[in-house]
Amino acid sequence: MFEDLRNLYQDTIMQRGKSPKHGSRLAVFDAQAKGDNPMCGDRVHVFLRHEGGRVAELGFEARGCAISIASADLMAEAVAGQSDARALEIADAVFAMVRTGDITDPSLDLLRPLAAVSEAKSRIKCATLPWGALQSALAGSGAEKGSVEA
Amino acid sequence: MNALIKPAFDVARIRQDFPILGEKIRGKDLVFLDSAASAQKPRVVIDAMVHAMERQYANVHRGLHWMSERTTEAYEEVRDALAGLLNAPDRSHIVITHSSTEAMNLVAHSYGRGILKPGQAVVISAMEHHANLVPWQMLRDAHGIELRIAPITDAGELDMAGYEALLQDRKVGLVSITHMSNVLGTYTPAERIVQLAHRYGAKAMLDGSQAVVHRAVDVQALDVDFYAITGHKLYGPTGIGALYAKRELLDAMPPWMGGGDMIRSVSFEVTTWNDAPYKFEAGTPAILEGIGLKAAIDYVQGIGFEAIAAHERQLTEHALSCLAEIDGVTVIGHAQDRGGVVSFTMDGAHAHDVATLLDRQGVAVRAGHHCAEPLMRRLGVDSTSRASFGIYSTMEEVDALAAALVRIREFFR
Ligand SMILES: Cc1ncc(COP(=O)(O)O)c(C=O)c1O
Repeated sequence: MFEDLRNLYQDTIMQRGKSPKHGSRLAVFDAQAKGDNPMCGDRVHVFLRHEGGRVAELGFEARGCAISIASADLMAEAVAGQSDARALEIADAVFAMVRTGDITDPSLDLLRPLAAVSEAKSRIKCATLPWGALQSALAGSGAEKGSVEA
Repeated sequence: MNALIKPAFDVARIRQDFPILGEKIRGKDLVFLDSAASAQKPRVVIDAMVHAMERQYANVHRGLHWMSERTTEAYEEVRDALAGLLNAPDRSHIVITHSSTEAMNLVAHSYGRGILKPGQAVVISAMEHHANLVPWQMLRDAHGIELRIAPITDAGELDMAGYEALLQDRKVGLVSITHMSNVLGTYTPAERIVQLAHRYGAKAMLDGSQAVVHRAVDVQALDVDFYAITGHKLYGPTGIGALYAKRELLDAMPPWMGGGDMIRSVSFEVTTWNDAPYKFEAGTPAILEGIGLKAAIDYVQGIGFEAIAAHERQLTEHALSCLAEIDGVTVIGHAQDRGGVVSFTMDGAHAHDVATLLDRQGVAVRAGHHCAEPLMRRLGVDSTSRASFGIYSTMEEVDALAAALVRIREFFR
C-alpha cells in the first residue's frame, strides 16, 4: 500500500526514527561532539566511551527527522567495538554511500537502509549529520572527558 | 486596464500559461504548493527574456547605439510597471534592487546609518523573515541602534497594543514589519502600523515580499515610507526586486553601494551622486530580469488582483477545512486576515519527513524554519511544513495534499 513511500522510509528507518535504541546521553563518556544543520535546524549530540582502544559504546541526543535519528541509531551499532580508525573508515563509507546509493563493504550491510537517500538529494545532509558529529568527536577524542553541558 | 473587459478567472486557462506545470514528477502530475518560496514563470516572462537576448540586448544607460537605447527603454519600463503595481506617484520613487533582501538592506544601510542616530530604535515584529531581521541586527551592532521586537498573539497576529507600547517613548526612528507572513499567512494591518508609526514620529517600511503577490497594494493610500518587494515570487525572474520610497527620503538618504550608474561625475578627489533612484543602483543592473519582471507585472495585472485574491481565498479556506479534518495535523497560525500560505505540523512526524513523503506522492511543499527561526521559537515548534498557493493552484491540488497527508499519517502509525 505504501510502496512509493517505503523505498526511502524502510521499516528500519521508521522504527529507529521513532524509537531509537541508543538515543540517550551516556552516563560516562570520553569523547563527544555536536552537529547541526543550520538550513533546517536539526541537531545531534554524540557521546562515545572507549575501552581498550576501541569504541565501547555510542549514545546520542537528537532533535530531527526520522532519517537523521535512524542514521545516528544505526551508527551507534556500526561503530561499537571498532577502533577509531575503523570507525572513521565506516563514516567515509557512509558519506560515499549516500551519494552513490551503494555500500561495497559487506560487513556494513546494517547501514544499507540509508542508501536510498542518494535519490533524495535534499535529505543527504539529514543522514550524514550524525556521522559528521562522530568525525568531530573522534578528532577530539579524549579531549573532553567526563560530562559537559549540553 | 479596464476591469470590465477582463476575462473571468479560469484556472485551467491560467495553467496553460505556465509550461512547467505540464511536468511529471516520478510519473505523477506535479502538485506545486511552494509558490511562497518562489513562483513558477508564465510563458510571457520566459518569452520576454528570450526575446531580449535574441533580438534586443546591450548594456543600459551608457551605450550611444541603437541596441543600448532600445534595451534601456525596455528595461526602464519595469520601473513604470512597478510604480503602477504599487500605485507610486511615478518611476522616480522606485529603486530597482536584486531582491527584497537587498531592498531592506539598502534601507538598513542608507537610512539606518545615514539618517538614524545612535540611541534611536528600530521596531520589527516577532514574525519577520530573516531578511527583515538580520540587517537590523547588523545596524544595531554597527551603529548603536536599539532593536525592538513587536510581539504577536498566539493566533499569529501582530499584537497592536504591544506594538504601540514600543513606540511610546518616541525613540523609534523606523518601523519595519512584514505585510504578510511567509510562515503564517497573516496579513498585518498595514495601514494601522504606518499610522501608529507616524503618530510617534517614526518612519515605516513594509516587507511586501509576500503581500504584493496576492493583493493590490497602494503605497499612497497606506502612506508607507518604504515598501520592499521581490520579483521571483511575483511570477518574475530571480535576481530582481524593488524598493518603493517616498521621494524626499530618497533625496535625503546617502548612497550605499558605489560603482557605475550611481554617479554623476567622478574624479579621484570628489565624486557626485546621480539623482534618486539611480544613486542607489550601482553597477550594471539585472537587465534581462527587469524585462522579465515587467512582463510578469503586466501578466498579473491582466488577471487582476481582485480575481487572484478571490481564487486564493477559496483555496486557503478549502485547505484549512481539509487539514482540520486530518487527525494529528495542526495548522499553525489562525489570523483573521490571511493569505494563501498554510503552515502545519503532524504529530509524531518531523516536517522534513512529511515534506519528503509528500514529494514521493508528487506534492511539493516547503519544510523547515522558513527563514524565520525566532518565529518558530515563539510558536514553540522546531519546524513546520508549509503549503502555499499561487494563481495556478487548484482545488484538486489541495485535495491531493490532503489525501497525501492522510496516507502519511497512516504510514507513521
Ligand atoms: C516575507 C519575506 N521577506 C523577505 C523574503 C526574501 O526574499 P528574497 O530572498 O527574494 O530577497 C522572503 C522570501 O522568502 C519573504 O517571504
